[in-house]
Amino acid sequence: MRRVEDSSDLKNVRAEILASRDPEAVTVAVCCGTGCVACGGRQVAAAFRDELDSRGLDSNVRLLTTGCHGFCERGPLVVIRPAGILYQRVKPEDAAEILDTSVEGDGVVERLLYVDASTGEHIPHERDVPFYSNQKRLVLDSNGIIDPTSLEDYVAVGGYGALAQALTSMTPDDVIESVKESGLRGRGGGGFPTGRKWELCRKAAGDTKYLICNADEGDPGAYMDRSILEGNPHSVLEGMLIGAYALGAREGYIYVRQEYPLAVNHFSKALRDAEEAGLLGNGILGTDFSLSVTVSRGGGAFVCGEETALMASVEGRQGRPRPRPPYPAESGLWGCPTNINNVETWANVPRIVEKGGKWYAKMGTAKSKGSKIFSLVGKVINTGLIEVPMGMSLRQIVFDIGGGVPGGKTFKAVQSGGPSGGCIPESLLDLPVDYEALAEAGAIMGSGGLIVMDEDTCMVDVARYFVSFLEEESCGKCTPCREGLRRMGEILTDIIEARGKPGDIERLEELAYVIQEASLCGLGTTAPNPVLTTIRYFRDEYESHVIEKRCPAKVCKAMIVYRVVAEKCTGCQRCVKACPVEAISGPRSQPHNVDLDKCIKCGACYEVCKFDAIAGDAIYIE
Amino acid sequence: MVTFKMNRRTLKVEEGTTVLEAARDAGIYIPTLCYHPALEPIGACRLCIVELSQGGRKSHVAACVTKVSEGITVKTDTEAVAKIRRTVLELLIARCPDVAILRELGERFGVGEPSFPLGEDVCFLCGLCVRACREIVGVEAIGFAQRGVDSEVLPPFATQSARCISCGTCTTICPARTFDLSKVDAGGGLHGEKDDVRVRKCVVCDEHYSSS
Repeated sequence: MRRVEDSSDLKNVRAEILASRDPEAVTVAVCCGTGCVACGGRQVAAAFRDELDSRGLDSNVRLLTTGCHGFCERGPLVVIRPAGILYQRVKPEDAAEILDTSVEGDGVVERLLYVDASTGEHIPHERDVPFYSNQKRLVLDSNGIIDPTSLEDYVAVGGYGALAQALTSMTPDDVIESVKESGLRGRGGGGFPTGRKWELCRKAAGDTKYLICNADEGDPGAYMDRSILEGNPHSVLEGMLIGAYALGAREGYIYVRQEYPLAVNHFSKALRDAEEAGLLGNGILGTDFSLSVTVSRGGGAFVCGEETALMASVEGRQGRPRPRPPYPAESGLWGCPTNINNVETWANVPRIVEKGGKWYAKMGTAKSKGSKIFSLVGKVINTGLIEVPMGMSLRQIVFDIGGGVPGGKTFKAVQSGGPSGGCIPESLLDLPVDYEALAEAGAIMGSGGLIVMDEDTCMVDVARYFVSFLEEESCGKCTPCREGLRRMGEILTDIIEARGKPGDIERLEELAYVIQEASLCGLGTTAPNPVLTTIRYFRDEYESHVIEKRCPAKVCKAMIVYRVVAEKCTGCQRCVKACPVEAISGPRSQPHNVDLDKCIKCGACYEVCKFDAIAGDAIYIE
Repeated sequence: MVTFKMNRRTLKVEEGTTVLEAARDAGIYIPTLCYHPALEPIGACRLCIVELSQGGRKSHVAACVTKVSEGITVKTDTEAVAKIRRTVLELLIARCPDVAILRELGERFGVGEPSFPLGEDVCFLCGLCVRACREIVGVEAIGFAQRGVDSEVLPPFATQSARCISCGTCTTICPARTFDLSKVDAGGGLHGEKDDVRVRKCVVCDEHYSSS
């Protein structure tokens, strides 16, 4: 793209790009976000490229490799535009048929369409698929329609218009006022009002100010920030530029995980392209506003998502948190006033500036405005990345968008907010997505991970998983988090391994209280949430483990025994073959035997048995 | 000057004073492990947790890193504070059952034998040695390696540090007496072995010291 001289020239550049493109031209958009790449998205894109080349269509049809579309469960995804036909689970060999039918013809390839599980209906258009039609996309709206490595594509959809507007017609205070009016709150988990944070930093004494984009996304199962950086890196950069203008910062950092190679590549390319086009660096858009942005790659420590640990890491020191105050707005990077926001927060900013704070504040609940991106994962039919208006209920998310629980199983809980969040039971599924409502239920909004659990999930096991994750990720600086989490992990392991004692649950609650109240940073103060919420909503499950030595979900191996139900066993020998340790024996056509000394409780026999003859059950007998 | 309340007393202190300093000046005891008046406080051991009431909100904060401000109320003697103190001590004793200072504090606050399996550590990671080496000696010969419960104080790459001057400050400041200059005397230990460093044993107290 050519250099943009000033704000009014941006309009010319956009007009030039649009003039060079045929709005009616067919686009084949292949999702190449990390999820689709993992199941062959790049091979699908290559097959389309070859096929288009060999047909001589490469100049008429645009092949677009995009970031994450969201419907990861059904990837690799291909969308044909302008018709908007969604093909799912596409293989390279499907390329020719798709081009024959939907590009050179005007039909659809039925077998690659999404099928609605409840009605059995084939749905041709992306916009009609319930997974998409129930969403409200502000931040992710361009993810499927632009090439994330193309600045032209971003400018074509109006990109950098908000920056131009801020630089030409708004003072820094106007920008802050607009963000305050929007009600935008930190999307990284804390939920601090963004406009107020900016104002504190702007008013802080000091000539040198920094801004940071926190892309150290670390919650298990969460990939919202990765998908934004991979799919639309310029939106984050534009947000940072507007923020820098409002704060009076001249230097910015993005702290991103080394394990996000695609995100790092796309964002780094965005920085180079923006600088060449006069949108970053010195004299941005012909004004005297300047900003340089440096990519700082993290080594993957979870605690470095905590802002003071993150700053220590950027400075080249060990990533350990320090007490606040002083807050970063007052004394942050190298002791200078610093403003930190996470990826999703920054990506919301251009939209707010463009359409106004009032417009943004119309969406959401009384105190939680706008939209929120979640990664909906776990035992849910439609796994994927979703964006919903604040205030939508968890039930709508799990059942309307997520399609409910697969395999005819019953929903049990949804874990919100990652390791610092909590498990929300069925009875509270009508809770709205709202910072305060989730906190009241003992969970947190967090950065947006939603893990759905079904009847086969043991809640004590879940609590142990999160505690052991955090135990490993605790920096080790303060006593309650370092030592307390270790001890909670020991107690939970005892309970799971049938060594639980009366009083263990109360001991967990006591430790949780001290860790919450006395830990130094947010990692520690929120770490007990998974334990406290599972005790609060599933205490009976804990009691079964401790008192009866029984795991109701039949997950905890120490409490289950596999035995053959002689009346049902036909002696088919499937289980004999499946057993990896040769623990099952018996001649054909006669009931088999399980040698309990050899059995490792892997469950392979239970999975393959066609006659329900193997019961994983120790205590109660059918 | 700043006026505030601590327990039932009204105190007046210089601006910038920490809650811990104000308490000590007023003769109110708050236990600490990672605090040293010669070093920057880091709020790591959490033994000095107190209740802070400010603008109608109550929270628990570390006294060593919290500066006093006008109108606040600090309580050092609530049941919750006592519970936090006892649990923190119990956790530390369980990690380092043979460290005398922890047992002494445990006795003072009524912490019996920990209910957790006992460890064998001798270092409870207060970080005084690391900070003294950096802030007082100025050489940064040691730091924290690993993380979480596996954290340990080591020279870089666990090899004898060329920057160590064997001054012995770390051994002197260590409340657990984990560091031991006698190891340097015997030609080992964490310290560097500079040819011009002599470590000797005091004939009066039997402690080792560095004489160069």
